[in-house]
Amino acid sequence: MVNGSPQDAAPATRVRQVWQTLESVMDPEIPVVSVVDLGIVRQVRAGQDGRLRVGITPTYSGCPATEVITQTIRTALDQSGFADVALETLLWPPWSSEWLSEAGRRKLETYGIAVERKETGTLACPRCASRRIERVSEFGSTPCKAHYRCLECLEPFDTFKCL
Amino acid sequence: MSVASESARPAPSAEERFEYVLRLADTSLIAGQRLAELLGHGPALEEDLALGNISLDLIGQARLLLALAGRIEGRGRDEDALAFLRDAPDFRNVALAEQPNGDFGATIVRQCLLDAWQLESYECLTGSTDRDLADIAHKAVKECRYHWRFSSGWLARLGEGTEESHARVRAALESLWRFTDELLTPDALDARMAVCGIGPAPALIRERWETRVAAALAQAKLERPAHQHYPWHGKHGVHTEHLGHLLAEMQFVPRAYPGATW
Repeated sequence: MVNGSPQDAAPATRVRQVWQTLESVMDPEIPVVSVVDLGIVRQVRAGQDGRLRVGITPTYSGCPATEVITQTIRTALDQSGFADVALETLLWPPWSSEWLSEAGRRKLETYGIAVERKETGTLACPRCASRRIERVSEFGSTPCKAHYRCLECLEPFDTFKCL
Repeated sequence: MSVASESARPAPSAEERFEYVLRLADTSLIAGQRLAELLGHGPALEEDLALGNISLDLIGQARLLLALAGRIEGRGRDEDALAFLRDAPDFRNVALAEQPNGDFGATIVRQCLLDAWQLESYECLTGSTDRDLADIAHKAVKECRYHWRFSSGWLARLGEGTEESHARVRAALESLWRFTDELLTPDALDARMAVCGIGPAPALIRERWETRVAAALAQAKLERPAHQHYPWHGKHGVHTEHLGHLLAEMQFVPRAYPGATW
């Protein structure tokens, strides 16, 4: 084999390749951010038996996308030659919206989902950047989003909830 | 707390742990199923989504807890077997959780009383010596905080709203208050789990629940009803007639078509 299959690569290389594969797995509800951007993938590590393990954590206890996400990750790993990599669910530490990556935050904003700036606690309309906004509901179309309205451009928008 | 005192604690039996986890699991499951009945029936789109999201959280918590209970029991029952293949007397949820939705005011009052209890319970359970339970509690408590903001926020709005909305939440409070005694009155298992460091001290839950609910009632300009004797004991499998009807709907498909998948 010219380039070698993923099974033959050195452990550190394989871990990197697994991360790359996971970065291509998009959230089923917000298909612009990956499961890595969202902080759903917590770790990729070698177990005592030498097998690689991908540790994933659910966002909200009842998020209906959790099972689809697990299956999509499994399929992506299988198709990339990582059928031997195991998946494990980690409940601790509990998922936090602070784990959203900087790249993920930018992608969400471009997609039209506002993200609160933790440092300043500010939230702006993703369309016109106005800070004259009001919350319509702490709940939205998925567990991770809340519903807001811009008082400047009058458009409704979703925000990524702080949890 | 020193390590020595931790190791000196008595350890509960598997039966006791199973029973205790089941109480938490069933309360979340039944409350989640009740709220799921409202999908498409909320008074406004935002409230419909809110109640649906809260229902999902509760059912998600129930799944984690039922799966844990199944592992503790060690007889091969998974979360589905425990949710769908037990009869009413086997359920250990507090009876408040199974009370019908009634009008929006009654739903809000029930959720408020229950949310306060779940929030304080999970807050305490984050410090449980049972690591599995503590992990689930850490996750659940984050969700219970916004459940409480929703229900107590609506209680205040309805209580302070019109004469009609005030009268409705007051009537619901009078009718549901008798079910709160079960939340706050410990039995032998609650006491035993507290001694084992697994569950919170029952007196602590009562104190924190009373404080939280009293503040919400004051904001909603509602008077705390007088204490009422409580003759139902959902924790011991003695339920009101409402649970059987709820289970008939929730369990119909898996019972009619055993092992069905899609």
